[in-house]
Amino acid sequence: MTGVTGMTQVASAGGTSDAVPSLWTIAAAGDKLQAPSIEYGKLSPVLIVLGAAAVGVLIDAFAPRKARYSAQLFVALAGLAAAFAAVIGLAASGAGTTKAQIAGMGALAVDGPTLFLQGTLLLVGIVGVFTFAERRLEPAGRGGRVDSFAAQPAAVPGGEGEQQAVKAGWTTTEVFPLLLFAVGGMLLFPAANDLLTLFIALEVFSLPLYLLCALARRRRLLSQEAAVKYFLLGAFSSAFLLFGTALLYGYAGTVNYSAIARVISGADAVSDPVLADTTGNDALLLIGGALVVMGLLFKVGAVPFHMWTPDVYQGAPTPVTGFMAAATKVAAFGALLRLLYVVLPGLRWDWRPVMWGVAILTMLGGAIVAITQTDIKRLLAYSSIAHAGFLLAGVIATSEDGISSVLFYLAAYSFVTLGAFAVVTLVRDAGGEATHLSKWAGLGRRSPLLAAVFAVFLLAFAGIPLTSGFAGKFAVFKAAAEGGAGALVVVGVIASAIAAFFYLRVIVLMFFSEPQADGPSVAVPSVMTTSAIALGVVVTVVLGVAPQYFLDLAGQAGVFVR
Amino acid sequence: MSFPLLTVTAALPAVGAVATAAVPAAKRTAAKWLALVFSLATLVLAAVVLARFDPDGARYQLTESHAWISDFGVRYELGVDGIGAALMALTALLIPFVIGAGWHDADQVEGEPTHRRWRPTQGFFALILAVEAMVLVSFAATDVFLFYIFFEAMLIPMYFLIGGFGDRAHAAGEEEGAKQRSYAAVKFLLYNLAGGLIMLAAVIGLFVVSSDSLGEGTFSLPELLRARANGDLTMSTSTERLLFLGFFVAFAIKAPLWPLHTWLPNAMGEATAPVAVLITAVVDKVGTFAMLRFCLGLFPNASSWATPVVIGLALVSVLYGALLAVGQRDIKRLVAYASISHFGFIILGVFAMTSQGQSGATLYMVFHGISTAALMLVAGFLISRRGSRLIADYGGVQKVAPVLAGTFLVGGLATLSLPGLAPFVSEFLVLVGTYSRYPVAGIIATAGIILAALYVLVLYQRTMTGPVRKPEIEGMPDLKVRELAVVAPLVALLLFLGVFPKPLSEIVNPAVEHTLSDVQKKDPKPQHPVADHNKWFDYKPAGHGGGDHE
Repeated sequence: MTGVTGMTQVASAGGTSDAVPSLWTIAAAGDKLQAPSIEYGKLSPVLIVLGAAAVGVLIDAFAPRKARYSAQLFVALAGLAAAFAAVIGLAASGAGTTKAQIAGMGALAVDGPTLFLQGTLLLVGIVGVFTFAERRLEPAGRGGRVDSFAAQPAAVPGGEGEQQAVKAGWTTTEVFPLLLFAVGGMLLFPAANDLLTLFIALEVFSLPLYLLCALARRRRLLSQEAAVKYFLLGAFSSAFLLFGTALLYGYAGTVNYSAIARVISGADAVSDPVLADTTGNDALLLIGGALVVMGLLFKVGAVPFHMWTPDVYQGAPTPVTGFMAAATKVAAFGALLRLLYVVLPGLRWDWRPVMWGVAILTMLGGAIVAITQTDIKRLLAYSSIAHAGFLLAGVIATSEDGISSVLFYLAAYSFVTLGAFAVVTLVRDAGGEATHLSKWAGLGRRSPLLAAVFAVFLLAFAGIPLTSGFAGKFAVFKAAAEGGAGALVVVGVIASAIAAFFYLRVIVLMFFSEPQADGPSVAVPSVMTTSAIALGVVVTVVLGVAPQYFLDLAGQAGVFVR
Repeated sequence: MSFPLLTVTAALPAVGAVATAAVPAAKRTAAKWLALVFSLATLVLAAVVLARFDPDGARYQLTESHAWISDFGVRYELGVDGIGAALMALTALLIPFVIGAGWHDADQVEGEPTHRRWRPTQGFFALILAVEAMVLVSFAATDVFLFYIFFEAMLIPMYFLIGGFGDRAHAAGEEEGAKQRSYAAVKFLLYNLAGGLIMLAAVIGLFVVSSDSLGEGTFSLPELLRARANGDLTMSTSTERLLFLGFFVAFAIKAPLWPLHTWLPNAMGEATAPVAVLITAVVDKVGTFAMLRFCLGLFPNASSWATPVVIGLALVSVLYGALLAVGQRDIKRLVAYASISHFGFIILGVFAMTSQGQSGATLYMVFHGISTAALMLVAGFLISRRGSRLIADYGGVQKVAPVLAGTFLVGGLATLSLPGLAPFVSEFLVLVGTYSRYPVAGIIATAGIILAALYVLVLYQRTMTGPVRKPEIEGMPDLKVRELAVVAPLVALLLFLGVFPKPLSEIVNPAVEHTLSDVQKKDPKPQHPVADHNKWFDYKPAGHGGGDHE
């Protein structure tokens, strides 16, 4: 992505001669060619994760089958931990506040929001690796313990190849590098400072996710269907984003965020003769901006771009669902914030009413449709849509408080989500995970602790005080009210009340209903899933009872570098 | 720094809840005793709070203030005025009785699945203590946000108490009973949660208003009241009205006021008698308390604006609750509707905006708590003997269980405000206070007393008097020692406070004066024979008088 901007600059450098830019002309222009300066230190989190992902690919290509699992696990965790350490180091050195800067030849912004979101994403990634690596839930095959991913994804579901692979106890260790690539792309996504980087980061993290969705060990057809839906709709949204990028380039003559913003505000005039016909054309700006925002709203899962969410959440292997639900939301909201606050603040009066509508539709739509759900994963999918609506209310605030409240909400929400989906992986019957709600009846009698933990997550989703969900919701609504969106707060409160109903229904089911005779059992997980769940509970309670430190952290991260 | 008495008082039951929950599954009895000890220790501390409270001192006493979430302008601020201190004492007083009465409510039933982590007995008592802790914080909080958090959070343990523990024998059968119970719990939670969320919007609105006019948002009640009094905190009329409504609706659901009351009969009917007492005598008081403390103090103009409507709704509550109580066939639902009628009186007293009315309302909260506890707990003992909540299933109980019938009668007479028993004092004050400003409302409300006599006496007559017709009644044992230990102190308190309410009214009156000055209301000049009643009561508003009658 740095290369792209590098190339355009080189092209313009060579553009002084009449010859078509090529290696020859570049070489001839010798003294004008400058090697792109890359701030490796500032980009180190991304580089470490992508490097670890590459190492992971090599491991799968060359290491013996027996050694892959532990090696992959080690590389993934070490890579993510090292990247997290790098983020902490950068934050400690002031890269998020005083030394915030545009890095990588204008392609990436390393500032407060970037570092905060990257830190969150890396922690989510680490917890995600834990749930990916869980091998105690599925009954052990002859070849040893297996995880929740298909033995051989390429084999036809139910076919002979699959049976052989299952018999041999094969496992898909490729999921770890895939996860790392996804995390790498997500780290770039909120940092992207030009529209092409944004697009490439989107593809870098989306493609591994499409693949991961198709890898379920059980109910493989459902999983593959989910992946195809996700891929097709995702491809559409990518196309929207790309088309919008092209239109915005036509309008501003640049894909750089702050440069576009300057053109919109009239501070800069475009003087590229090639674009003389299109520059300054407001139609291009409005349509282009709308298309780019649509691409992002798709990833966020906002109504009316939410159609993929329930199917994909349900079909994907549950560890992937948890990771995707948490991390995609963090990355996409980060990118959306930067786009709206850095590129399009000049258009605020145009996009705010539209986003108002989207936020209201998302909050109410998610909450209302969730009431009718009978599958726990689909229920959580619609709940995630409602939460996207709450987050949009914070985005609309267009203030520093708006940014920091959204950052805080994202951090709080992602750990609750990870924990909740980790719990879902544990409730199993003979057919794998028992995701139908009727099977959860009386779970509180059989496994009071697990049910209590899940109840904590549900209460946090519902935004009951003393949980992180409440602190986040309050922060977002406060920012929205201060930003003059009082009506939105009222709608948000109504949607919360509706949402509370279906979260409570699950609690009622778990604690007050009689257990079914053929109900599911609760698998005893390894220390990895246990720690993922425990971390979720701890973060939920700490952010609920003593959120000040983290609010400060998010507050310091509330300024975008331009 | 002085000793954080209020924090410790509120934290003690919370610690007790954790300790009780941690008792191993097999040691059910130990868990009960542990919970009882913690509740008694809390009672001692609450008594200390009451003793240390100086009626002539500052408005908020025993204050504590610590930074908490500065981003939201939230501080951990506690402090009690007379009203808060009295209600804290009531809460701490009732919980040991609730625990004692519910001693066997969560015992192991035959055929219950055993599991080393499934500890219903421990859970039952831990939840009661958790509710106590949260209610105590709500009564002590002088930070609006802090109050809100516990106002909302107490719904969760309450919800599990209602839905998880019902009467053992349900008239409609085991399965149907569980269904109705879970319906009642969900209804309770949804009503209150919806109210709480409306209040959340108003809380956020209050923050925005305060940060607009004070420069920095704050939730501190003393600070807000000061800013309100000296004109720093200003809000437009419509804003004030909207915020008032946001707060008031939440409190009116909790209280509950007609037409937002429908969750209460379900919840009280399905819950066990001790939990029903917890709902109506303790938790619901937070609603009426909060009207006094927050609605009137923060939004005086809007409160005056809304007064006619609120008075009207309160009157409807008084009469509607009483009428429906007359028609009930189920003992617990009868008490629930009687409570709705009584909450109507309390809200009437609060919004009459006179010192008698508000003193009366505060005393009413305390006395209603005690009298309902007495009536409901005895009713619970009765129901546990027969396994039915229907009035028609009883008759002639006083022949076989005279002590039970006697205490039931005292509780009932207290409920109908018989002179000589505590509720009479408060009801009289409320009526006098209302009459002096709204004579018509005062007169209409009096009808509630007549209806109260009807539903209490008819209930007593149908269940206790007459011949013993049912074989199940014949062998009915009288009150056991444990049950007597629960009821006797309550009856004694009703009698004692009925003739000597002065200590309590002395603590309450200054706080009422402060509240009235917040809304800039003075008592109307007496022009009616009411003045004579005041003399008869030796009632002096400014904290010197008492409500004792000769």
